[in-house]
Amino acid sequence: MINLIWACMAIIGIVFAMFNGKMEEVNKAIFESAGEAVTLSIGLISILVFWLGIMKIAENAGLLLVLTKLFRPIVVRLFPEIPKDHPAIGYILSNITANLFGLGNAATPIGIKAMEQMKQLSGTDTASRSMITFLALNTSGLTIVPTTVIAIRMQYHSVSPTEIVGTTIMTTCISTLSAIFIDRFYYYKSTWRK
Amino acid sequence: MGMITTISTWIIPCFILIVLSLALVKKVPAYELFVEGGKEGVKMAFSLLPFLVGMIVAINILRSSGAMEAFIQFISPALHLIGIPPDIIPLALIRPISGTAALGMTTELIATFGPDSFIGRLASTMQGSTDTTLYVLTVYFGAVGIKKMRYALKVGLLADLIAILSSIIIVKMVFG
Repeated sequence: MINLIWACMAIIGIVFAMFNGKMEEVNKAIFESAGEAVTLSIGLISILVFWLGIMKIAENAGLLLVLTKLFRPIVVRLFPEIPKDHPAIGYILSNITANLFGLGNAATPIGIKAMEQMKQLSGTDTASRSMITFLALNTSGLTIVPTTVIAIRMQYHSVSPTEIVGTTIMTTCISTLSAIFIDRFYYYKSTWRK
Repeated sequence: MGMITTISTWIIPCFILIVLSLALVKKVPAYELFVEGGKEGVKMAFSLLPFLVGMIVAINILRSSGAMEAFIQFISPALHLIGIPPDIIPLALIRPISGTAALGMTTELIATFGPDSFIGRLASTMQGSTDTTLYVLTVYFGAVGIKKMRYALKVGLLADLIAILSSIIIVKMVFG
């Protein structure tokens, strides 16, 4: 599906530009945005290096183990395929905690570690059930503090920059719960087929 | 709300403090572990690079060609009928695809309509309440070399649709 969407975005764009006389803009966009993507990736190095460094210490100092014990009951129910004492559970919990506090930059490297652990469990290049549940939680963006949005609102002199925190939390709860239900629905649908 | 802001600025330094104190108590080699973990970060960033280039270029082709604008103009009358403000549509469509583009649009909408307008509040809620599905899937699956995503994209996009619709309903209810 991702192959189809990706190719179609470019194909539709180029064909549309042919009839719209925007070929010059498209041409410019191709090279400029490729450069932009590289800059973005390079920029990620600083955050990834720092957080993976800190998380490596946290892991060896036994912090993830503490978190795992604390929240184990909930996560075990959400991820029935991961053994209870597996390190993946600890990474998943740290990722969820980081996301909740709006630390998207910290959440990503930890989340990738969780994915690595889950890949070791499944051992294929096909997404496992646990991976999809995990990413459903991540894409629905559970958060308490939308820091960037609050910062933008302050820049434009909002009377109350944080007034949208309430509506944001309500929306994020609904979308996260929906994501869990939709994930379950498609999982059971995929088992019926077999 | 002041408390939440304080918590969010304190949490990272405090987390580092706890980790390093714990490392000293447990007598683990903190600096060596930091460097070891950091090396993985460099590798990770480079493995992400081709995924990001591919995705960002495709999105920009679509945007610069004017195809996205045309599509929005085409569907806006229908959306108006069911009470969705057409001004929010570009943001709603781009939100699951590109985080930076969505943030740009949110900023633009807040600048144009004002942060305390209906559109301004709606854009803020929409931007804050959900994450960029395509980016999350690209980065996470890409970093560990998963090639078959199965139903992951469907789950993410359907949840986004629900998030967008409920943000409109909730903002209407809360702010009238």
